Amino acid sequence: MNDQRNSFKNQPDERGHFGEFGGRYVAETLMPLILDLEREYRAAQSDPAFKAQFDDLLEHYVGRPSPLYFAERLTEELAQNAPQGKGAQVWFKRDELNHTGAHKINNCIGQILLAIRMGKTRIIAETGAGQHGVATATVCARFGLPCVIYMGAEDVKRQSPNVFRMKLLGAEVVPVTSGGATLKDAMNEGLRDWVANVHDTFYIIGTAAGPHPYPELVRDFQSVIGKEAREQMLSRTGRLPDQLIACIGGGSNALGLFHPFLDDADVKMLGVEAGGHGLDGDEHAASLLGGAPGVLHGNKTYLLQDEDGQITEGHSISAGLDYPGIGPEHAWLRDSGRVEYTAVTDEEALEGFQLLCRTEGIIPALEPSHALAAVAKLAPQLDADKIILMNLCGRGDKDIFTVAEKLGVEM
Amino acid sequence: MTLVVMSRLESAFSRPQAALVAFITAGDGDTAANLDALVAGGADVIELGMPFTDPMADGPAIQAANLRSLGAGTTTADVLQIATDFRARHPDVPLVLMGYANPMIRRGPEWFAAEAAKAGVDGVICVDIPPEEDDALGPALRDAGIAPIRLATPTTDAARLPQVLEGSGGFVYYVSVAGITGKQQAATASIAEAVARLKSATDIPIAVGFGVRTPEQAGAIAKHADGVVVGSALVELVGEHGQNAPAKLEELTKSLADAVHSAR
Repeated sequence: MNDQRNSFKNQPDERGHFGEFGGRYVAETLMPLILDLEREYRAAQSDPAFKAQFDDLLEHYVGRPSPLYFAERLTEELAQNAPQGKGAQVWFKRDELNHTGAHKINNCIGQILLAIRMGKTRIIAETGAGQHGVATATVCARFGLPCVIYMGAEDVKRQSPNVFRMKLLGAEVVPVTSGGATLKDAMNEGLRDWVANVHDTFYIIGTAAGPHPYPELVRDFQSVIGKEAREQMLSRTGRLPDQLIACIGGGSNALGLFHPFLDDADVKMLGVEAGGHGLDGDEHAASLLGGAPGVLHGNKTYLLQDEDGQITEGHSISAGLDYPGIGPEHAWLRDSGRVEYTAVTDEEALEGFQLLCRTEGIIPALEPSHALAAVAKLAPQLDADKIILMNLCGRGDKDIFTVAEKLGVEM
Repeated sequence: MTLVVMSRLESAFSRPQAALVAFITAGDGDTAANLDALVAGGADVIELGMPFTDPMADGPAIQAANLRSLGAGTTTADVLQIATDFRARHPDVPLVLMGYANPMIRRGPEWFAAEAAKAGVDGVICVDIPPEEDDALGPALRDAGIAPIRLATPTTDAARLPQVLEGSGGFVYYVSVAGITGKQQAATASIAEAVARLKSATDIPIAVGFGVRTPEQAGAIAKHADGVVVGSALVELVGEHGQNAPAKLEELTKSLADAVHSAR
C-alpha cells in the first residue's frame, strides 16, 4: 500500500484534483454532462472491448507503435562542443510519423470512441495551430460524424493549409472573432457551443486540460507514447533513459511521454515551455514559469494573468504552444518537484528546427523544436553514456511558411 | 424577544409581487448613472457584472460589454468602488455581483469576500464554481455574510438538485435554457414546470433568467417565479447609447418592472 501512496501516478483524486489543481470549474449546465462523461470513461476503462478497439485503431489506422530512433548524427554534432566525456545520446520517440503528423490523433481516437459509446452524434473541438482540428476532423470522417471546429480568426489566417485540410475532411471550420481571436477564444466558443447543445454534442478537447475527467483521460490516451517508449528503450538498450524532454503547450504530448515513467525515480524529466521573446517581458506562453495559479476553462492551473485575474494573451512562434494555461497535472508535477520545467525562446526553437533538418533529415514541427533547443543545451552537459529521450511529437510541414518568413525567405 | 432583521435580498423577495433583477456590466459606460436608472425604473435587485476576459457562459452582447469595460481599463478595485458608491446612494437596494471565478479568487477568496462585504454586496453569482468546487469561494462568502447564489439549469436533475441547493443563499438563479446568455428563449410552460420542481425542493426564492428580453416574456415568467432576470437587453442599450444610456435603461426597466410587478 505504501507503494500506492508514494506513487506519482495515482492522481487525480476522485474529485479530479491533482493536489490543489484540476477540478471541475464549469457552469452548472455542463456539470451533469461531465459527470456522465466520467461514468462512461470509468465503464470504458474496465471494458476490454473498448481497449481492444482503441489499440486496433492505433495500430492499423494511426500506425503505432511509432519508432524509437537513435539520432546518431545529432548526438555527434552536439558532442562536438561538449567537454571530454560529455555529450549524451539523443533518442526520439517518433510520434511525428503518426497519421496526421502529430501525437494529437492518439487522443482523438480515444475520445471519439467515448463519444460513440455515449450516443453522441455531433463532435466539436477547438484548435490553435490546426493540428488538433485536423486530427478531430480525421476521426470524424473515419466514423461518419459531423464536426465543427472552432479556430481563432487570427489562426485561420496564419494556418490556412490546415484549414483547408479540415474542410477536405468534411469539417465545418468556424473562425472565432471574439477576444483576441486565438486558441483561448476558440476554446471559449467551443464551450459556448457545448453548453447550448449538451444533448447530442461531444467536445473533443485537444490537450490534457479542461474540467475533470478530461485531463485524466487525455493523459491516459496519450500515455501510449510513454508505454511504448519505455518498452522499446528497455528492449533496445536494456535500460531506461536518464532524461525525458518534451515541449509543453497544454502539455498532452509531455504527459503522454512522462506518465509511464513517473515512478522510475532515476528518470529525470524536463518540460519545455514556449519562451517567445523571453520571460522578462509579456511576450511568451510560459504559464508555469511566468504565470500564477488560477481558474480558466474548467480547471485550476497556472495561467498567464494580470493582478486582477484577467487572462493575458500568450505569444509563441508556435501557434500550438500559444495558450495562456497548462494542463493541471503539470502544475502539480512542478509543485511536487517531480518534473522540471524550463522555457526556450522563439529564436532558440528556430535554431533547433534547423539543427534537426540539417543533421537528421527530419523536419520537425515548431512545437517539438522547443524541446530540441533544450536537448541541444542539455546534451553537452551530460556524460556520454547518458540517454536523453525526446518526444518528437509533430512534423513540420505545417510550419514551413512561418519558418520561411522568419528566415527572410520568400515563397 | 429576538428582533429579526430581514436582509435586503430577503426583503426584495418577500413582497407580494415578483422581483425584477436587472443586470449590467461594471465599467461599461457611466455605470453609476446606469445603475441609478435601473433603480429609478423599478428594478428590485441589481446584478452587477464583473468584467472578465473570458466570459464563457455569455453570448455576444455581454461578451462585448466585458470587452468594452476591460478596454476602458476597469479593475477589480473599480468594481468594488462602484459597489461601494451604489450602496451609499441606495442603502436598501440589494446588490449582487456576477462573474467568473478567476477574478474573484485572484487575491484569495477571503480577500474578495471581505472587500465585497465592505462594499455592501449582498450576494455573489460565480458562473464557473459549481457545488463540487464550493471550497474555492463558498465558505469565504458565507463567513463574510454574503449569499452564494447558485445556478440551476434544465440539466440539473432531481438527484443533483439537493447538492446545488445545499449552501445556496439569497435566491436560486434558474437558467431557463441550456445555452449562453441573451440568445434563445425558453417556452413559458417549461419554465413553469421547472420553477414548480425547484419550489418543491427549497424555500429559497427562484429567479429565472437567460433569454428574457421583453416585458411580455418577463411578465409571463413572473406569474410563476419569484424573480425575473434581464441582462443582455439592458447591456445592449449601454453598448448602443453609451453616455446617453441612462434614459433608455430607465425606460426599458420601467416597462419590465411594470410587467413583472403586475403579473399576479
